[in-house]
Amino acid sequence: MHKTPLLDQLESGPWPSFVTDLKRAAAKKPQTADLLGLLERSYVDKITHWKHGGIVGVLGYGSGIIGRYTDLPDEFPGCEHFHTIRVNHPSAWMYTTKALRELMDIWDEHGSSVLNMHGSTGDIIFLGTRTEELEPCFAKLTEKGWDLGGSGSAFRSPSCCIGPARCEWAMYDTLEACYELTQEFQFDLHRPSYPYKYKLKLSGCPNDCVAAVARADCSVIGVWKDDIRIDQSAVQAYAGGELKPRGGATKYDKLDIQKDVVELCPTQCMSWDGKTLKINNRECNHCMHCINLMPQALRPGTERGAAFLLGSHAPILEGAQLSWVIVPFMEMEKPFDNLKELMSNIAEWWSEHGKNRERVGELILRLGMRSLLEAIGVEPAPQQVRIPRANPFFFWYQSDFDAEAKGRRYDTRQGFVR
Amino acid sequence: MTERKTDIGPPHYGQFLHPVIKANYGKWKYHEIIEPGVLLHVSETGDKIYSVRVGSPRLVSTDFVREACDIADKHSQGYFRFTSRHNMEFFLTDLAQLPALKADLAAKGLPIGGTGHSVTSIVHTQGWVHCHTPAIDASGIVKAVMDDLFEYFGSHELPAQVRLALACCLNMCGAVHCSDIAICGVHRTPPKVLHDKLRHLCEIPTTIASCPTGAIRPHPDKSLKSVIVNEERCMYCGNCYTMCPAMPCFDAEKGGIAILVGGKVSNSKTPPAFSRLAIPWIPNNPPRWPEVVAAIRKILTKYAEGANKWERVGEWIERIGWERFFEVCDIPFTFQHIDDYKFQAYDTYRTSMHFKF
Ligand code: HEM
Ligand code: HEM
Ligand code: SF4
Ligand code: SF4
Ligand code: SF4
Ligand code: SF4
Repeated sequence: MHKTPLLDQLESGPWPSFVTDLKRAAAKKPQTADLLGLLERSYVDKITHWKHGGIVGVLGYGSGIIGRYTDLPDEFPGCEHFHTIRVNHPSAWMYTTKALRELMDIWDEHGSSVLNMHGSTGDIIFLGTRTEELEPCFAKLTEKGWDLGGSGSAFRSPSCCIGPARCEWAMYDTLEACYELTQEFQFDLHRPSYPYKYKLKLSGCPNDCVAAVARADCSVIGVWKDDIRIDQSAVQAYAGGELKPRGGATKYDKLDIQKDVVELCPTQCMSWDGKTLKINNRECNHCMHCINLMPQALRPGTERGAAFLLGSHAPILEGAQLSWVIVPFMEMEKPFDNLKELMSNIAEWWSEHGKNRERVGELILRLGMRSLLEAIGVEPAPQQVRIPRANPFFFWYQSDFDAEAKGRRYDTRQGFVR
Repeated sequence: MTERKTDIGPPHYGQFLHPVIKANYGKWKYHEIIEPGVLLHVSETGDKIYSVRVGSPRLVSTDFVREACDIADKHSQGYFRFTSRHNMEFFLTDLAQLPALKADLAAKGLPIGGTGHSVTSIVHTQGWVHCHTPAIDASGIVKAVMDDLFEYFGSHELPAQVRLALACCLNMCGAVHCSDIAICGVHRTPPKVLHDKLRHLCEIPTTIASCPTGAIRPHPDKSLKSVIVNEERCMYCGNCYTMCPAMPCFDAEKGGIAILVGGKVSNSKTPPAFSRLAIPWIPNNPPRWPEVVAAIRKILTKYAEGANKWERVGEWIERIGWERFFEVCDIPFTFQHIDDYKFQAYDTYRTSMHFKF
């Protein structure tokens, strides 16, 4: 074992220590002992000792394996190859212990015994193995029913919130949608053929527990169209303090319905006379605030579906983007053909026009939202914008004049027939 | 040899559902959080399930997972799950089982919490343990910060939930850009071009194209088959290094940590929002990063003192104004705070007389 005086200082303190944990694996595996030694070296040098290396993978796949090599192979031979295997996680990250033990056995046999539960994309990340272990490890994984996740310019493993499995606010079956879409796009997940990465995350309601709006090109967020269901007696119980605000998730022991709920409603669509809570549902923007505060009194409506938003990615290159509303409401019923078709159409437009390493959100900026909407046959709607443009610099096409002559809206270059 | 299986996708989640979850799928009526870290979900059928949320370091060993499996076998009928923020959740059908579960978790040093108005686990990236572009480590800073904020993990003492995230370079794999408090590794030096390596390792057109600011040009001496960097244009993103390993841009002393604050993803009350720059640079000081830990505690404490009920960090700052935020947190305002990156920049300049002194 290498000496790790700096890392040792991360063994104290109340939060579980990854150093203490990894030392157990290091005691059994020379390569993991080298990993700790290498990490200690980075703590001394304040610089990473990993480099971008040669392309590795399993037969027939272009993704799922990330090649990793150290720049100090002589001192830390166990890290000479230290590739990552992304194992596609099951919907909502639920497991039986039997399945997890099988995965751990595979990883003990073929790798470093170190992993992430989970990576930010959602996959189980097996950290560190040699090139010659990749095929045997892959064979064992598939034998037990597991497959690799996406990497590179491919469809990435979709992920979803816990939704209907254990949440009363799920507006569609996030787990099934996640599974269905993962299966539908298997080819594109394993064979990078897009201009850049293409991510999908599914949240059951506007609380967005998987951060779909910020972390996925395709963000599917559940929403209802009809009225919030109110149990007035439960509202009274919140007002009287018998029920705790936010289900007890706060230090506050009693709700002031007027101040905490009605006055903080962003659309000012609620009223409270001390006895009855009223909601002007047509004006509600589904922010979830009131429902979050009173989960036993208020429930989302029953006319359910999801909004489809597109384009988010982290700041590189064009600056961070959040996803934009493209389709304000779509039904979300198994087998989710409408979502599959929409995502395929978007990918087709992006593949045709996108430059290498241009995320779909960046392409929309370059070619204009109209170009996308026309290509995928989605009509303009005010829900798509926060505010209309403030300049008169817009374009007109012959099709707009043709549409005008026929008494149609100026919808598309082809002109939507209506 | 058996036939090689490909493209089977992940196993169907149906086989991993706890029996009570399976029986009540889609039928949940409401939930309560009966104490920090312990959720109760009640179904239309009257069935109940308790979920006990437990912190984890995310970077774990197979033995760690096996021990979690032992706990799940003993207390949770052999089922458990992970959350989107790297916590674990064990399921109980009867609250009477909670003390025994707590005892076993305590014996393993695993903390319960992360619900409601807490600081839950920090979403983070790989850092020095596995990535090739980090300015900082990930797991070590997370450990140091969570040790310090531990009291907030197992309690509901804050005005609203506070979500932290860490990314070890500007690529921001962890999508930290919408967190209440974001920790981001930053390089501050342009790449050094290794001319004799570059010609063997890199394709010049893709290397040039990789630069978001257009700082890379072909080397005027064509015989070198290399590139030059206009250092004034470089914003140290490391993109070129991703494309071309002959352009390292790391400097042990100049690299460091930026803190961004006020982002969110939920739609509750206010729309999702980006985090904004609070502190442009803190030294990279392993193994326990005391300056980072102190800076985060200071911001969190000032927020806890100053925010109204239900206000997220960004909502609090929006109400008091950024000029007031910098004042109460004792953070100097610098040229770096004023955005000059691409088009979004002018959106952030003030155009009104609505400011304070
Ligand atoms: C030869 C071995 C290489 C390995 C093991 C490797 C590994 C990786 C990894 C792990 C990523 C991150 C992908 C992800 O986020 O899932 C990545 C991204 C990238 N690499 Fe490499 N790389 C290699 C070579 C190259 C070369 C030679 C180039 C360019 C000439 C290159 C260009 C890129 C680009 C553009 C990305 C960003 C694409 C993306 O994030 O999806 N890589 N590489
Ligand atoms: C030039 C651009 C980028 C490069 C070269 C890059 C490279 C990488 C590499 C090498 C990894 C693997 C780390 C490891 O497991 O060793 C990774 C993971 C990841 N990347 Fe990127 N990345 C880039 C941009 C992005 C962006 C813009 C996002 C998000 C919008 C992103 C999201 C992720 C996520 C979610 C992971 C998984 C992280 C984890 O396992 O925790 N990446 N990236
Ligand atoms: S996103 Fe909504 S439906 Fe999904 S788990 Fe979170 S609160 Fe529940
Ligand atoms: S969900 Fe939001 S907008 Fe709708 S009534 Fe409740 S607080 Fe108001
Ligand atoms: S944030 Fe940067 S350094 Fe960290 S894992 Fe992602 S690409 Fe690597
Ligand atoms: S670090 Fe980024 S900005 Fe600087 S030269 Fe490389 S790609 Fe361009």
